[in-house]
Amino acid sequence: MLPIRRREKNVSQNEILKVDHLKKYFPVEKSFIEKMLTRTRHFVRAVDGVSFSVLKGEIFTLAGESGCGKTTTGKLVVRLIPPTGGKIFFDNVEITTLDHEALRMLKRKMQIIFQDPYASFNPRMKIGEAVGHPLEIHDIAKGLEKRKRVLEILERVGITPAEKFLDLYPHQMSGGQRQRAAMARALILQPEFVVADEPVSMIDVSLRTAIIDLMLNLRKDFELTYLFITHDLAIAKYISDRIAIMYLGKIVELGDKETIFSNPVHPYTQALLSAIPVPVPERIRKKTELIGDVPSAVNIPSGCRFRTRCRCARKTCKEKEPELIPVSPNHYVACNLAEN
Amino acid sequence: MTVDALTVEYWTRKGKIRAVDNMSFSLEKAETLGVVGESGSGKSTLGLSLIDLVPFPGRIIKGNILLKGKEVLKLRKDDLRNLRGKEICYVFQDPMTSLNPVKKIGAHFVELIRTHEPQVTKQEALKRAKKLLRDVGIRPERVNDYPHQLSGGMRQRVMIALAIALKPSVVVADEPTTALDVIVQAKILDLLNALRDAYGMALILITHDLSIVLQRSDRIIVMYAGHMVEYAPSIEIYSNPKHPYTQGLLNSIPNIELADQKLEAISGSPPDLLNLPKGCRFWPRCYCAFERCRREAPLLIKSGTEHFTRCFLYEEGRKT
Repeated sequence: MLPIRRREKNVSQNEILKVDHLKKYFPVEKSFIEKMLTRTRHFVRAVDGVSFSVLKGEIFTLAGESGCGKTTTGKLVVRLIPPTGGKIFFDNVEITTLDHEALRMLKRKMQIIFQDPYASFNPRMKIGEAVGHPLEIHDIAKGLEKRKRVLEILERVGITPAEKFLDLYPHQMSGGQRQRAAMARALILQPEFVVADEPVSMIDVSLRTAIIDLMLNLRKDFELTYLFITHDLAIAKYISDRIAIMYLGKIVELGDKETIFSNPVHPYTQALLSAIPVPVPERIRKKTELIGDVPSAVNIPSGCRFRTRCRCARKTCKEKEPELIPVSPNHYVACNLAEN
Repeated sequence: MTVDALTVEYWTRKGKIRAVDNMSFSLEKAETLGVVGESGSGKSTLGLSLIDLVPFPGRIIKGNILLKGKEVLKLRKDDLRNLRGKEICYVFQDPMTSLNPVKKIGAHFVELIRTHEPQVTKQEALKRAKKLLRDVGIRPERVNDYPHQLSGGMRQRVMIALAIALKPSVVVADEPTTALDVIVQAKILDLLNALRDAYGMALILITHDLSIVLQRSDRIIVMYAGHMVEYAPSIEIYSNPKHPYTQGLLNSIPNIELADQKLEAISGSPPDLLNLPKGCRFWPRCYCAFERCRREAPLLIKSGTEHFTRCFLYEEGRKT
């Protein structure tokens, strides 16, 4: 077994991660002629003022449709890309402006698992090497010691017998095994915090549950905190403690899993929930209709960004951008109608 | 439409892969048949073979497909072309690759309609295209747009509009919503259902998502490693699943309506089709496999009214 850091058992509900008005704008590439003719620069406002905090030991989920900025938020949080604005705190230390060396140290504590396990492995690196690579980068173990640790962690994520897999290349493993190996590589440094970006969406249905269960077990054993990113609310409901629903770069609703699913307040959350297929025959759920498609993140509507598709949009929604405000303890909604 | 003993093989350098093994089923008018299975279970091959479009090196080894009294697999090339589009239509998973990027949306309709009905003028065809687009919820002006100007959901709607343009009796939709977001997905599925009712066409819905199939189909085929392992009305599949694989699938999908659900994973992973296990193809992952499962392959047997299962557990004389 790996040595496991023990913390005080009275799980103090302190924040491991705090994100404050985080922003990420990507510039839109213009053609040469456009550059000559116009001076205005356009930006894709992928993440546009997101604030939340993740408590130690919990599974916090960012959910939303494609293009809502959930993956960008995940990448910002582990500092894979620099933010345009806002602050990120990890363990009460601001990490928004760390230099290269400090970032390297930070990555011992926070890791990320990506959606596509095939793309996240070097195809010419054997699995054993790839999983052990972080140990070398961080000067923790080499040679036999490294091998021992790699074997341990591979067994732990259910790749057994681990010896057989050490010398395999990524393409020789199945999708499920690759995702397990990706988890092993993330956990070999014994991080405290793991961002899991759609870890099961590319995996066969019959193997998904096994991967999710593994994630839950590892959380217990390694005392991990997860930031889980998914578009699949059914999985979000199964795995998370708290959920934040994102729309066009902003959080529109945030709360405990039970609250979000039993008492969704934001019209977008309601529509999203009503669209999820239920595995029950002849049960077309009561539908909350949405008009149109998601607007482009370059031209975000004024005021409330959801108003163009909202069935209860008022005049005020055009002028006033709603803040994320509490409607009950631990339940926050960004909607002008929820304010009174 | 009836399909009888359909078998499709891919002849690769490494050996023969039987992607669809001896499948028989029937499809009634205005019925939705759901085909569910994991990647590699042969569900897409099954869909393609229904229009005799299995890609090389695949070939249909044997079987019969009867569509409105015509034997699809024995048709001449011209007749087959005529049949596709007019009687049976296919909606592919990726709407971007199935639309021609250098052709306007309207041109797709004109080409399709005029190929099958040469007497129709271009203007008339465009008029019909506009009406079809309106039916699927797209503004008719969009006939002048190119595919890249539409969003993913709209492209899929265009594909559906093209599929129903000639009012076929069967529409095969292969993962029509996999690339789409949940809200768009729900809308597309509603649309397919509404069109099915309006035109009385039968729908074959192929997907890996058991939730969708349970919610939207009348009958369901569960496929595993090229075999039909269970075939029953969806209510039966939901309330009385017989095959251990179907049971496992049902236990492993989350349902947002249930509080505190406990999911159970199916152990192991799907088999390599070149290296199938001896006996029942599911036994290495089955929780109730016994001696005989390792030696003999079970047949599809009747395990209830309209309920068929490929498992020894339900043979006559055995208690269910």
